Amino acid sequence: MKVSELIEKLNLQVISGEKGLDREISGAYVSDLLSDVMGNARENQIWITLQVHQNVMAIASLKDLAAVILVKGLQPHKSTIQHSNEEQIPLLSTTDSTFELSGKLYALLNDSQ
Amino acid sequence: MNLEFNIEGGNFSRAGHASSEVKKMLKQLGIDARCIKSIVIALYEGEVNVVAHAYEGRILVKMEPHKITTEIMDKGPGIADIELAMQEGYSTASKAVREMGFGAGMGLANMKKNTDELTIESTVGEGTTVKMVNYF
Repeated sequence: MKVSELIEKLNLQVISGEKGLDREISGAYVSDLLSDVMGNARENQIWITLQVHQNVMAIASLKDLAAVILVKGLQPHKSTIQHSNEEQIPLLSTTDSTFELSGKLYALLNDSQ
Repeated sequence: MNLEFNIEGGNFSRAGHASSEVKKMLKQLGIDARCIKSIVIALYEGEVNVVAHAYEGRILVKMEPHKITTEIMDKGPGIADIELAMQEGYSTASKAVREMGFGAGMGLANMKKNTDELTIESTVGEGTTVKMVNYF
């Protein structure tokens, strides 16, 4: 599944990084601890988090993640948006909580396999 | 081939910059993708440690056939008890740093897991030198 399809199916808002919407998704990782993501997330996964600062995009880039979804309608810092555009990694937003979004995404990715 | 970078203590906006440059370089050299992933994880953790704890630091990356050595040297408070610092979950990071999602006490463990050799030397009040070797 592509990031663009996911946006449509989960009704996500695109904040930035539109150039990366064609990225293919291999799964997802949920964590707000950056070292946890650094150590355990895998290439092409979606990262669900409540962290909004630019280090999130640095990690997403280093780990070759497909996209980042911010939960609960949280707004990213300006530098995060800039970094997302530079790296062409979509930064997405949902009003759902982490639990709700993860449940929906899990079901969606399982169904598509 | 050698690469060198400077790290500014306390400047989180630059954290990951050196790791990103090293990643690009290793990719260009056609180094094994799994090895690049490991080095990038370990180096990023090392970089963040300098930003979070030290005043300034330097990274030296030495590339040889089948071996990459990364040294991170900082001027900073040093580590009083390295064994304790190596324990997962132990951290001396400030509250502000923890709120950003850093300082979970997983950094050194990530470095150990992702390198073949890890040596840490530290003098309290002076600084810390971390040496990591990856074979591929």
